[in-house]
Amino acid sequence: MPVYYYIFLAVALFSIGVIGVLIRRNAIIIFMCVELMLNAANLLLVAFSKMHHQAAINTNSTAASDAQVFVFFIMVVAAAEVSIGLAIIVMMYRNTHSVDVNFLNRLKN
Amino acid sequence: MSVIEIMFWFLSVLALGAAVMVVASKSPVYSILFLILTFFAISGHYILLNAQFLAIVNIIVYAGAIMVLFLFVVMLMNLNAESEPHQKNKWLLYIGGISGGSLLLVMVAALKKVAATNQLVQMNNGEVGLIKNLGIKLFTDYVFPFEISSVLFLSAMIGAVVISKKEG
Repeated sequence: MPVYYYIFLAVALFSIGVIGVLIRRNAIIIFMCVELMLNAANLLLVAFSKMHHQAAINTNSTAASDAQVFVFFIMVVAAAEVSIGLAIIVMMYRNTHSVDVNFLNRLKN
Repeated sequence: MSVIEIMFWFLSVLALGAAVMVVASKSPVYSILFLILTFFAISGHYILLNAQFLAIVNIIVYAGAIMVLFLFVVMLMNLNAESEPHQKNKWLLYIGGISGGSLLLVMVAALKKVAATNQLVQMNNGEVGLIKNLGIKLFTDYVFPFEISSVLFLSAMIGAVVISKKEG
């Protein structure tokens, strides 16, 4: 497979995540769209890892495995982020009885 | 068309369609189920790229742990299509869609030259994604970040408990 198929697939997934963050008002769905964008980046990292592995396969049989370790660490950070973010959303729901992010503009005054 | 190409297109269409449905569906529970479908499609892509470790970790951590946490929170709050907050200002909907679409357009236009280079991705073989190689890498070169991430998890756990504790 040429690498640009994967690039365009990841760009499309990322853009869908951006559109979701912009147009939805439910805080949980905004959070899920952020996860979607993280996954698009992960897919691109793995595709690039396999591309460089293909290029360097004759000299080094484990070339470009760093990218897959990075993907692992991105997943670790995402798991920590989700636990904190959902705790904050539950806290917000307890105070406002809504998950509408527009309620948060009361932080202005 | 080989089997790998057919699988690639099938998984790509599945991932994009489910991702659109995550944004478009009214009920948050359906959004979560479509996001799980997207993650399974991305795991299928990892298997196609022979990144077996990441495919399994993606299913266990994302589809298993994180999405169950989302589902648990949505069901705890009893959210459904009726309680969904509606975007009252229609213009914001259009503007959001147009800005996201322009982002896609700009990225595709900027990356169009990559198509000319014709770099190939190694499919369905290669040892780089196997558990043995990644494990050696993780416990030799990346052992310090690995230990730091355990501290990150500990602080995230304490933070979640502190935030969700009733004050007073």
